[in-house]
Parts: sequence; structure tokens; C-alpha cells
Amino acid sequence: MSNGYCLGIESTADDFGVGIVSFKGEILTNINNSYIPEKGGIHPREAARHHADVAGKVITEALKRSKIEPKDLTLIAFSQGPGLGPCLRTGATAARSLALYLNLPLVGVNHCVAHIEIGKLTTGATDPLTLYVSGGNTIVSAYELGKYRIFGETLDIAVGNCLDVFVRELGIKFEGGKAPGRIVEELAAKGKKYIPLPYTVKGMDLSFSGLLTAAVSLLKEKKCNIEDVCFSFQETAFSMLTEVTERALAHTEKKEVLLTGGVAANSRLQAMLKIVCEEHNARFFVVPKEYSADNGVMIAWTGILSYLHGITVPVEKSFVRTKWRLDEVEVPWVEKRSLN
Amino acid sequence: MKKEVLIKKGAEASLYLQNWHNRKVIMKKRLSKKYRIPELDKTIQAQRTKRESQIMHKAKEAGVSTPIVYFVDLQNSTIVMEYIEGKQVKQILNEMSPNERTKIFTCIGELVGKLHAAGIVHGDLTTSNMILTQKGDIVFIDFGLSEQTWEVEARGVDLHLMKRAIMSTHFMYADECFKAVLDGYQKVMGKKAVAEILDKIAEIERRGRYITER
Repeated sequence: MSNGYCLGIESTADDFGVGIVSFKGEILTNINNSYIPEKGGIHPREAARHHADVAGKVITEALKRSKIEPKDLTLIAFSQGPGLGPCLRTGATAARSLALYLNLPLVGVNHCVAHIEIGKLTTGATDPLTLYVSGGNTIVSAYELGKYRIFGETLDIAVGNCLDVFVRELGIKFEGGKAPGRIVEELAAKGKKYIPLPYTVKGMDLSFSGLLTAAVSLLKEKKCNIEDVCFSFQETAFSMLTEVTERALAHTEKKEVLLTGGVAANSRLQAMLKIVCEEHNARFFVVPKEYSADNGVMIAWTGILSYLHGITVPVEKSFVRTKWRLDEVEVPWVEKRSLN
Repeated sequence: MKKEVLIKKGAEASLYLQNWHNRKVIMKKRLSKKYRIPELDKTIQAQRTKRESQIMHKAKEAGVSTPIVYFVDLQNSTIVMEYIEGKQVKQILNEMSPNERTKIFTCIGELVGKLHAAGIVHGDLTTSNMILTQKGDIVFIDFGLSEQTWEVEARGVDLHLMKRAIMSTHFMYADECFKAVLDGYQKVMGKKAVAEILDKIAEIERRGRYITER
């Protein structure tokens, strides 16, 4: 059982990623090809078209770099949701074809679970309180009785989405490979003056839409310098995230905190959470940069965990689930622990 | 002030038990957050300290027990308040019979109704923030995130968060508990208000991420 390899396909949004991981948890390849819109945000149909165009190339490249043959594969995993329908369906189609052609079992993976599991695999965290922050999700979660429970989440847009839109309003074009969060981070480092912005924390939940509206208005008024707006925007958004993480940490009394998802790469956010962890005697883990954004490796690894616990999906039932919540998924591979 | 004993280091504040003019009091000191820049930190601390003490008083007028506020120090973000003898609802829930649980959550629902009827939303209705006294009364604590508002939206969020807190912490009997809360809430607010708030909660939940019914 422990001698297999899984090929995982990620395609929930703008990234088409393929990862190959051994059943022992060794990562052989991580290939990613992103759809970069001409202007505006991700157009689901255009992104799906991009994925369809590059799928063959990315899969071939992944196999080549992993130095294993298709016949060495044991399992195919794909991101089944949540995400953009057309993108998910493209990745699913590629996965189904591979599974049928190579006569391999297929596993549908929840994208959010995968972000947590890759964090645990790459950092060594075992039972963390997770802050999962990306373009599509903002979730504070921890494992309790069979599932990753959601203690806090955004009530409207995700923090990464908030950053993306803000950067587009800045009028800066996304440069190849440079994440919007990185652009804000660099500008914010030059900012000095804090301009008050809406700070919206409701219990352990958050809201970013008011912050975004106010920050964009500041940009349009052109009375403040851009660096100060970025600084204030980033300080406000990340303080909110850190506050709810700290509250959830006090509530769950976990001993580890894991930061995962695309926004995890931000060093200011990392620094804030590190301070909180020190104060609560919790260990702090950050997913390595190459696995923070969407990737096929996390899908492959979560596929392996599922498969080893008897979870597979027949091709004819492998419909994508665009609104599949994290807390709906049974995760039998996580050791059973109860609250308190 | 005499010697103080740290009894709880929360996410938001530290609670010290101490003797203050021959009274057993809790000194709630909001902690300066090192992760926040000072400008933002000071604003949030002062705002929440002030609001908390004011709303605790208003809650009493509405018929909801809260600790008595003896002293407020805005400079140091500190509130000195009555010490409540009892146990957090979170701690004792597992030892209760289903009947007792229903009773206590109906009572909690009534109290939330009374707050809402008086234009107060608590903002953090977890079972850690409710204390059952030896006399059997429920005292609400931690009004640090409370707000004065008559908006259905805010009330909906208040109850939605409570539902979520019950679901994540007491998932084994979450449904019966939340149903009891609504029964109690209805006693105070009436049928129409409950229907309205349930619609609102459903709407808030639909606004959230990845809801299958949307």
C-alpha cells in the first residue's frame, strides 16, 4: 500500500496545477500554469479554456519531471470543489480521462481540506488551528470529531479577493507571477501614516467589503498617498484576521497555529500571527511558499489520505461540487480527538 | 489596590481577581496587542472599553443580568466589575440532561430577546460568555463586541454567530439547543419577530461562502 504514487489535478480557479506525490508523502513534482486575464478578474469560461489548452502539456511535463512512468501511478486525484464550475469541470475531465485510460481509482478532493493537509505535511503540524486565507476563502478552522470545523469565516468576500480588487483599483497591472498581495505588501512597507478604515470583526467572523469600499474611495479621492493607503489597508485587514485567529485559539485551546492559502505568503501577516502564537505558547507554522497558492501537490496528497481510508469516487458519480463547504467533509485520517 | 490574581488570559483581555474596597471584583484589562500598530490598537481598545461598560449598564435596564460596573479607566482600558460566582455554560453543558439543556437554552433565548428588544446586540454569544450562578440565574459577560442597534441585520448576525458557536462547540446537540434558544427568543420578541429573524439568518447564511441552496 505504501509504495504508490498519486497524480493530483488542481483547477478550482485561475491555476491549473499538477502534482505527483508518493504514498509516503514525498513530493516528486509540482507544476503550475496560471491563467492571466487581460483585464479585470478571473473570467470562469476564459480560465477554463486556458486550463483545457494547457492540461495535456502540464500533465506531460509533471510526469517527465517526476521521472516516473504513467504505469507507475496508483491513483488519480482532482479538486472536486469548491470553485468555479467551468474550471472545476475541466480539471475533472482531465482526471477522469487519466483514471479511465490508466485504469486507476479516482478520488475527488475538497480544495479547502487540501490546503490544510499540505500545510500539515510540509510543516509537521499535527493538530493545528488553521487560518486559511486565499482569493476565494477566509476560514479559521480546527479539527474536532471527524471534521474540520469552521470557527470563523468571512461573511462576504475573501481577504485575497479584497486584495485583488484593491490592487486592480490601484491601476497596477498584475505582473507575471507577482501576487497582488505582494504588490500591496511592497507599497505598504513604504507607508507611514495610518488612515482609519472600517475594522469589522463579528465574533470570530469577518467582513471585508466595507474595508474594500472605503479603501477604494480613498484611492479615488487622491488626497492620500498610495503607500499610506496600502499600509492602512494591510494593517486593518491583517489585524482583523489576527484578532479572530487569536480568539479562536483561546476558544479551542489548540497548541499549534497553521497559516495556509495564497495570502499566507505575506510576511506582515506572518509576523502578526507569530506574535500571537508566542503569547499563547502555541507553535506557529507557515506553509512553504511553493505550496501556499493553489497547487496539484495538495490535491494529490489529500487524495492519498482519502484513498488509504477507503474513499474513492466512481467516474460516473464524480460530479464537481462548486459549493462544497470545508465542514461537510469527513476526514477519517485525522486522529480522533474530542473537545476538551 | 491589593494583590491581584490572574484568573483568565483571554484573547482580548486579562481578567484579574482581586479585592477592591472589600469587594471581590474582576479587573478586566484589555491588552495592548503587539501585532497591531499603536494607532489602530489605541482606538480599538478605548472604543471597546467604553462601549462595554455602557452596554453592560443598559443590559441591566433591559432585565438581563450582567456584572455591576464599579470603575472604568479609559486610559488603561480597564473595567473593574463584580465577580460572578458560577460556571460557564460551556463547561457544564455536557453534564446536563436533555431537559436541563432545553431549559437553560430557552432561558438564554429569552435573555437574548430582552437584549435585542432593548436595542442591544451582544456580538459574541458563545457559551463561554454565559455564566450560570449557584442560584440558577444566567449572567451574560463580555460585552466587548456589543453594539447598540435596532437593525434586524445586526440581530440576525448575533443569532447566526450564536448558532455557529453552538454548532462548532456542542455539535452533538446543537439543533435542540438552538431550537430552545428560538423558543425563548419568541417568548420575548413574538412570533413575527422570530419569523423575520429566521429569514434574516437564512439570508446571512446564503451570503456566506459555498452554500448549496444558493
